[in-house]
Amino acid sequence: MDLYEYQGKELFRRVGIPVSDGQLVVSPEEARAATSSLGSPVVVKAQVLTGGRGKAGGVKLAESPGDAEEKARGILGLDIRGHVVRKLWIEKASDIAKEYYLSVTFDRGAKKPLLMFTTQGGVEIEQVAEENPDALVRLHVDPLEGFQPWVARRLIYGAGVEDPSEQKQIAAIMEKLYRAFVEFDAMLCEINPLIVTPQGEVKALDSKFTVDDSALFRHTDVAEWRDTSAADPIEAFAREKGVTYVKLDGEVGICGNGAGLSMSTVDVVAHVGGRPANFCDLGGGGNAQGVVDALEVITRDTQVKSIFFNIFGGITRCDEVARGILEALERLDMSRYPIVVRLDGTNAEEGRKILADAGKPNIHPEATMLDGARRAVELAK
Amino acid sequence: MAIIVDNDTRLVVAGLTGSEGRFHGLRNRAYGTNVVAGVTPGKGGQDVEGIPVFDTVADAVDKVGANTSLIFVPARFAADAIYEAVDAGIGTVICITEHVPAHEMLRAYTYFRGKGVTMIGPNCPGVLSPGKANAGIIPAEIFREGAIGLVSRSGTLTYQIGHELTQLGLGNSTIVGIGGDPVVGSSFIDVLGKFQDDPQTALIVMVGEIGGDEEEKAAAFISEHVTKPVLAYIAGFSAPPGKTMGHAGAIISGSSGTALAKKEALEARGIEVGTTPTEVAQMVADRVK
Repeated sequence: MDLYEYQGKELFRRVGIPVSDGQLVVSPEEARAATSSLGSPVVVKAQVLTGGRGKAGGVKLAESPGDAEEKARGILGLDIRGHVVRKLWIEKASDIAKEYYLSVTFDRGAKKPLLMFTTQGGVEIEQVAEENPDALVRLHVDPLEGFQPWVARRLIYGAGVEDPSEQKQIAAIMEKLYRAFVEFDAMLCEINPLIVTPQGEVKALDSKFTVDDSALFRHTDVAEWRDTSAADPIEAFAREKGVTYVKLDGEVGICGNGAGLSMSTVDVVAHVGGRPANFCDLGGGGNAQGVVDALEVITRDTQVKSIFFNIFGGITRCDEVARGILEALERLDMSRYPIVVRLDGTNAEEGRKILADAGKPNIHPEATMLDGARRAVELAK
Repeated sequence: MAIIVDNDTRLVVAGLTGSEGRFHGLRNRAYGTNVVAGVTPGKGGQDVEGIPVFDTVADAVDKVGANTSLIFVPARFAADAIYEAVDAGIGTVICITEHVPAHEMLRAYTYFRGKGVTMIGPNCPGVLSPGKANAGIIPAEIFREGAIGLVSRSGTLTYQIGHELTQLGLGNSTIVGIGGDPVVGSSFIDVLGKFQDDPQTALIVMVGEIGGDEEEKAAAFISEHVTKPVLAYIAGFSAPPGKTMGHAGAIISGSSGTALAKKEALEARGIEVGTTPTEVAQMVADRVK
């Protein structure tokens, strides 16, 4: 789960990383009021779950409450890389002398947390890594040893920070950022830029924070921060229904069981010349209700013209899937969708028989994954 | 021979009294696996259709000689079950449980790797050595005994490819589902090394998917350490960046972890990559004929 800047900063605040005062607003009027209470000047910042806000005009300095209102009016509703701005973070403006970069990422390759630090912050870190790799200091932390003060020293001396006060403040921030990373089960905690003010104060001017979905059960307050309105509406509906679904851009609706087989089904549909409408995984169990829910989600997408069920029964029983398909035909209006069904594995024969006995004209059985994909593509034309 | 599980496996099922543990534990026993114990705290002294249940894994090791642990407990207790098995002296741990927090796996991984334990999963279908033992949820009836080692990040996709192999008259030495999470106990490299050393295995099929760089690392490992032929399949060519495709680990981050990058890394080392599961099975058949 990706957090908005203001949410990440809230977690920073909880572990004691210095951030500027700010307020979340959703209207130009609120932006004006927030600026009055915070004191001008402020920065009006679009809250979107994507990078490149600044370049897209989503971050503006405002000199007065009236100015903030005007800037807010301009930014609200902006489309930034497909994300519509609905919320703004109004933050007290900071004077910036230097811009650094600090992050902790979950390095799945090394199977260790990775700390990265450079004094060349404020730009995309990939750019620094490419153009000036020596300036980016990287260090893995042993997850059992945890963060030790020497880790901060290696990073700070390695990056060439010389001012003793800065060194001390940054070391403390590193320790706290690592703590936030572990405490909140983060996959990524990034501060870019980590600024030094002309007065020598170090603080986080931005935040990028991703929390492991599997650990949200113990961060219930964070889990509630999820903004369903920001997601694709069909994906949001799928989440509500508990259906594993990713929207793509095509006509062939796809439903498989298991992540790997479902992904492979999407690939095979594309391989035989079709355009997959979605990825949808019934999961390990795949009972009749799950099938009905999946079909309800898939058919929310108005682009869908045909549907391909590719089921290889393991724990999932094919007869159960077949019953689910028939149940969906009764409960939802599915008459305009040709449904290609390929069943194999556990109870496949029973499943095929259930579908054959029902004699529904829009159900097209196929024997193999490849033939099923071809048929579904043909029927979507 | 075969790898990880075989006739010497003495399985203890953590969570045997739960619905999934019971269903699959009994299925594994019906297949011929030596299921010697179950563990459920507070239910020691009971039995599940004749399989004795103990309060702790240590008891299962002491009293009935368990050497392999199969974990079905809920996600929030999975890391504890892994540590308990390792500390009880279990040498092979297979964790089926899905949604284990990644940070917990990170710490557990660092711990058990230091102890030389073989761990498979989490979020995996388990391990099947046809004709010998089945530990997990792989439907054994699809597979037959043979010389092809199969290692995969996915469950059902493995069944699909195994099924196609069976239809072509081919069999498997061992099928290993390493799991779809960002951190799993054994990587492709770990399993490829075991297949290389296994006399029963003549050819290896590796089934990867988007996310991470384990397939790329495996490509380098194969060219240096594996003399047996390896064929590969990668799922997720049509996956958009930044979206989790069912498996927590199946996500393209920025430009890394794409199916194309994996395919190219494998092909650069001379490892053929099939375009569809059907094609991979056919390529295997062509090789062994």
